Amino acid sequence: MAQRIDTKDLNIYYGDFLAVQDVTMTVDPKSVTAFIGPSGCGKSTFLRTLNRMHEVIPGARVEGSVELEGVDLYGDDVDPVAVRRNVGMVFQRPNPFPTMSIKDNVLAGVKLNNRRISRSDADDLVERSLRGANLWNEVKDRLEKPGSGLSGGQQQRLCIARAIAVRPQVLLMDEPCSALDPISTLAIEDLIGELKQEYTIVIVTHNMQQAARVSDRTAFFNIAGTGKPGRLIEMDDTATMFSSPSQQATEDYVSGRFG
Amino acid sequence: MSATAPTTPTTDAADSTARTRALLTAADPRRRRTDRTMQVLIWAAFAVAMAPLVSLMWTVVSSGIGRISMDFLSLSMRNIFGGDPNGGIYHAIMGTLIITGLATLISVPIGVLTAIYLVEYGKGALARAVTFFVDVMTGIPSIVAGLFAISLFTLILGPGVRMGLIGAVALSVLMIPVVVRSCEEMLKLVPNELREAAYALGVPKWLTIIKVVLRTSVAGLTTGILLAVARVIGETAPLLVTVGVTDSINFDPFEGRMMTLPVFAYRQYSQGVAPCPGGESASCVADIAIQNAWGAALVLIVIVLALNLIGRLVNRWFSPKLR
Amino acid sequence: MTTTVSPPPAEAPGRRRTRRRTTDRGFNRVFRWIAVGAGVLILAVLAAVALFLLQQAWPALTAGEDELASAVPRFPDDTSLLEYVGPLVFGTLLAAALALAIATPLAMGIALFISHYAPRRLSQLLGYLVDLLAAVPSVIYGLWGIYVLGPAVQPVWAWLNEYVGWFPLFAGPVSPTSRVLATVSVVLAVMILPIITAVAREVFLQTPKLHEEAALALGATRWEVVRTAVLPFGRSGVISAAMLGLGRALGETMAVLMILSPGFLYSFRILDSSQHQTIAAYIAADFPEASGLAVNTLIATGLVLFVITLAVNMAARAIVARRKEFSGAN
Repeated sequence: MAQRIDTKDLNIYYGDFLAVQDVTMTVDPKSVTAFIGPSGCGKSTFLRTLNRMHEVIPGARVEGSVELEGVDLYGDDVDPVAVRRNVGMVFQRPNPFPTMSIKDNVLAGVKLNNRRISRSDADDLVERSLRGANLWNEVKDRLEKPGSGLSGGQQQRLCIARAIAVRPQVLLMDEPCSALDPISTLAIEDLIGELKQEYTIVIVTHNMQQAARVSDRTAFFNIAGTGKPGRLIEMDDTATMFSSPSQQATEDYVSGRFG
Repeated sequence: MSATAPTTPTTDAADSTARTRALLTAADPRRRRTDRTMQVLIWAAFAVAMAPLVSLMWTVVSSGIGRISMDFLSLSMRNIFGGDPNGGIYHAIMGTLIITGLATLISVPIGVLTAIYLVEYGKGALARAVTFFVDVMTGIPSIVAGLFAISLFTLILGPGVRMGLIGAVALSVLMIPVVVRSCEEMLKLVPNELREAAYALGVPKWLTIIKVVLRTSVAGLTTGILLAVARVIGETAPLLVTVGVTDSINFDPFEGRMMTLPVFAYRQYSQGVAPCPGGESASCVADIAIQNAWGAALVLIVIVLALNLIGRLVNRWFSPKLR
Repeated sequence: MTTTVSPPPAEAPGRRRTRRRTTDRGFNRVFRWIAVGAGVLILAVLAAVALFLLQQAWPALTAGEDELASAVPRFPDDTSLLEYVGPLVFGTLLAAALALAIATPLAMGIALFISHYAPRRLSQLLGYLVDLLAAVPSVIYGLWGIYVLGPAVQPVWAWLNEYVGWFPLFAGPVSPTSRVLATVSVVLAVMILPIITAVAREVFLQTPKLHEEAALALGATRWEVVRTAVLPFGRSGVISAAMLGLGRALGETMAVLMILSPGFLYSFRILDSSQHQTIAAYIAADFPEASGLAVNTLIATGLVLFVITLAVNMAARAIVARRKEFSGAN
């Protein structure tokens, strides 16, 4: 299921403002790729172009190409809705639908695609997804309760369960732990390690230790100054990036000298 | 659509590309159709709402403009009968201005002070009760407000009394909650730092409210009051039961019946077609009453729209930039 | 009509008193009590509305059937006041309910259009346009309803009767003048449209971006985002908005008075004339000519209207207040 992402010469604009310039990279299938870099360097913006979520903001557009397993996501015949279904996303703050129960939250994406899903299939899917998100044991007795009653870490895992319930090819995570306490963060990091068996995972993080802990490859983004576009500085195996990066800026950043 | 059972990974890149392409281009036609249909319906809903607005404005302007003249605006209907195309709405314009002005005089102090109470002092059961009942008051039917005012004055002055003041009281009942609500919103916009800055300088609270809070929000308050005036200036029913009708000019709201623009429009409409025994002529126009009604409607709508426009512009131009 | 200054306070002091105790005297105290007095006055006014209506309605409420029949024109013999008011209540509720049925879906569509579909730059302007509908005086709606809308919808009513006539509401005969409850309901719907739209628009705009993005990221189309994130979030807001609109439709006078050809029946035939009348229009029509006990009777019917609208509005406000606790923004 998991698939490779290639971007070529990708420029991202908000109106006339060039936010991210000239990114060419490859994300390997069934691996965890971390994006690191100082605030405002465009890593989240770049992440959102991988499932065409940035289009929601008026005036946002891209130049260049993003290919999923060789298919251009921005091709004329590609449906943005299908892209987002196949490239799932987990957000910075947990966002379960407040009016839905835990179970309905998990099924939300599936119900969009397939209105009539049999009861037993639905129950199976809920259990499988919640187990996949390491949440099943904690919530199996209160599946009909609202999702907003869970703790922050549980809510975030519920959101991951919701994202994997539609069986995407790729899972994008935009600072999924930044609103969580250290224990919940650990639970999510463990989960990421398990999920990469099946999914291609891209994670944006501010926390360099986290990038070092969970990712196989790391990409460092930087920005030359306010108003300048963000750029991809370098990308390599995580171990190399944190021990002997080839760029001075990367070394300065990972050693905590700025950012 | 949807990918079911995971297939074994294939090394055949072309095959995998083809499968991915199939996934990414497979838009479910039913879902896409629903999306399109709803989009059309939602645009249509807006178009449907605009249709009456456009039709109404066009009708009022095109039917009313022919009647507008200096005479129409400066004469009353005294001694005008049947199809006589003379006379005008001067008495109604003045009546509307006097009664609405009086209602504003009553409502603004009460409304603004209540808003100040709610924002600056309000807490506990009393404030909650005031907030709740102000909301409830906005829902009082205008005719009930009219009945209230006439009941009140019947009690004081005996049955059958009609005068402008009663109408003003009725309009105040409708206007006060609107003034409170909008002024409350405006006062809430004043940042707390401004108040605290004043306290830090040793300014007492009442002076802070007058010199800082009210001064900062004066444009917003003006807007709220103008919109409230616009809301009640077109009221017909309460005036019909409290002020009555007259064909003559009456400047005294404490004595006798008065005419107002909306009531005038209604009265003329209900008179219907006038008999013209000698056929239509310059001195007898059969549908003159209807024309008068449209003429009054045009003047009324111009006043209302002007109040709305001025209200919004005042807020846009004069309010200090707080954020 | 300004308030008198009340005697010195004996109860809870102002918010900042603990910190600034020394200055809460003199003008400060006077000013505070003026403000409090204004708030109390509003409560007094509302109580007075209820009280005076009751006081003036009392003679009619206690009068015998014969007395009422001789004093009030149109009062049929051997009926109680309740039986007399019954058809009016029915007409009022029917007109308002129909108006609500027309206006609510339309208003939700408009609110969604402004909040989620229209180009963002235009949305404020479009909001003003809808608000303009609320600014038009009701007497002008009456004129427009009788001279423009009535003739325009008459063929529609005839068509409805011909093809859907088996449905009780559309049963014949169809009035050729269009001075019927169906036309009134359409005008009322236009009048309450901006009220419902304004509230619905606000709650739809408050939908957390987080939830909309969550739906989008699951592969939802725009409509599906609205259905999964926006509508559930705004549901109670829309309900209370509709009830506010209902309150307004119940009390609307002039449009009904000018358009409807009145009758006093329990009838569902909304395409036929001389079937219905609403309380508000009835009062406005008869009050100028009424005297003596007839006035008391009219005020008694007004009291009924007051109670109905009060109940509807209080329910709406209660829903709004409850909604604050349940809003999804956590």
